[in-house]
Amino acid sequence: MSEAAKVREIRALIAAHKRWDLAFAMLGLLALMVGVLTFLALFGQMALEGAPRLSWEFFTHFPSRKPDQAGILSAWVGSTLVMIVTAATAVPLGIGAGVYLEEYAPRNWMTDLIEINVTNLAGVPSIVYGLLALGLFVYQFGFGQSILTAGLTLGLLILPVVIVATREAIRAIPAAIREGAYALGASKWQTTADHILPYSMAGIMTGVIIGMARAIGETAPVITIGALTFIAFLPAAPFTGDPPAGLFDWILSPFTVMPIQMFNWTSRPEAAFHHNAAAAGLVLVVMTLSMNALAIYIRYRLRRNIKW
Amino acid sequence: MVAIPAPEIVPVTDAAAPVPSKKSESRGLGFYYGSYQALKNINMPIYEKQVTALIGPSGCGKSTYLRCFNRMHDLYPGNRYEGNIMLYPDHTNILNPDVDPIEVRMRISMVFQKPNPFPKSIYENVAYGLRVRGERKRALLDEKVEEALRGAALWEEVKNRLYDLAFNLSGGQQQRLCIARALATDPEMLLFDEPTSALDPIATASIEQLLAELKEKVTILIVTHNMQQAARVSDYTAYMYLGELIEFDATDTIFMKPKNKQTEDYITGRFG
Repeated sequence: MSEAAKVREIRALIAAHKRWDLAFAMLGLLALMVGVLTFLALFGQMALEGAPRLSWEFFTHFPSRKPDQAGILSAWVGSTLVMIVTAATAVPLGIGAGVYLEEYAPRNWMTDLIEINVTNLAGVPSIVYGLLALGLFVYQFGFGQSILTAGLTLGLLILPVVIVATREAIRAIPAAIREGAYALGASKWQTTADHILPYSMAGIMTGVIIGMARAIGETAPVITIGALTFIAFLPAAPFTGDPPAGLFDWILSPFTVMPIQMFNWTSRPEAAFHHNAAAAGLVLVVMTLSMNALAIYIRYRLRRNIKW
Repeated sequence: MVAIPAPEIVPVTDAAAPVPSKKSESRGLGFYYGSYQALKNINMPIYEKQVTALIGPSGCGKSTYLRCFNRMHDLYPGNRYEGNIMLYPDHTNILNPDVDPIEVRMRISMVFQKPNPFPKSIYENVAYGLRVRGERKRALLDEKVEEALRGAALWEEVKNRLYDLAFNLSGGQQQRLCIARALATDPEMLLFDEPTSALDPIATASIEQLLAELKEKVTILIVTHNMQQAARVSDYTAYMYLGELIEFDATDTIFMKPKNKQTEDYITGRFG
């Protein structure tokens, strides 16, 4: 075969390969668009419907029978307080468990079993957590249908997410760094506190915030433990109750959260309430997106000094 | 057929010279990764304030042997030692399960194959060994950090940017920083695991020069892939093959007139 014929053959081959490249790029773009456009359509419709209702009053009014006076005050305050309890539960427990599994746990069948369990917990339907919490927190421990119960329940719900994120972040630390610390005579705890935790904090915080973003939209378990759907008062502010419990009175008070408020409004027959629901949905989505944005920012900030 | 340039080998011992005292001695040392035996019946001394090089082909167990000296293998499950490594003058068997590996690592420091500075400042990297030991006095830390950086021939280059991130240093500087970090706690012995394999020739030369200075103060055990390097920097050389110690002797003897045929084949490049 002449050189020229060889070159022609190679070019024909390359052209054929490039047609496949193009075909796949088109297919991939199509698949991406299905997801993106669906989200944009849903979000856009909700924004169009709800945006006119957004006003200062919408955030500072309690729910009401009159749709134009109804607001989400009790819902966003409830969601915020529940999230505080959720974070206070899931962060120490999740990081502690993750660090233990990665750094301290002996490698045996017991640890393997625990690992499989933790991973599977992430797949348990959230309503099951609700049922567990109803039996355990509401009745057994007598916490009632309170912010504490909801926070603990959602904390348990996102615990596997935090544990898995912690472990992944720790595993991303090169063995050479860990060995470097041990080689200087550091104990396990010194290595963990001075190196493992600081260097994995970006990944851990990302996991925590993504877990929280999931928890803030959870409805089923919160309904199961008996959150109110209509509530026209706020939990007691700290230091207003009788000491010594005064500081934490809010934790045992009844509450509602954003998704329940939305659900309540959607189930009303009047169209005006549906606009309220859309507006509340808009607020919820913005809350979730800002949490994700915060996660990305924290990740960026904490990883600036780390190159591996 | 000797592949090594002859002028570089300076005899360090002759028959009349006194043998230096032993810093450590391995006796019947064996090591297992699970059921795989990586080291078999190793018996050899490490002489005080001398450089001892471990050479041999990949997989011969030289790094495994080195990492026995600071009980690095304890970090991973399924590893098992056999026999003793005695540390003198106190006759401590550092492989004794009753001896805390932390105690061993506080006495014997290590420099790794690739520079592994912590993602902290230059100062904090060097000070970490002291902080681990509970040292908090700022003046003392400052003094020790400077001393260690001078010892590692890095002080002049970094004295004006001690609080910069260690990652901003070049590879050779990072490795000297790791040497300073290991030196800051005044170890009795320094382990080097192929410390120049990730470095360019100029950085390698500066590390080799440093080794010659360091042995005035500290006993050095170095693993190297590079036979010329072993010939240049070491006083004693051990040739290992398949987990066994084939020959141990003064470096010039190993390179000029090895007693063992296998050693000779490896040294002269007929094998390995």
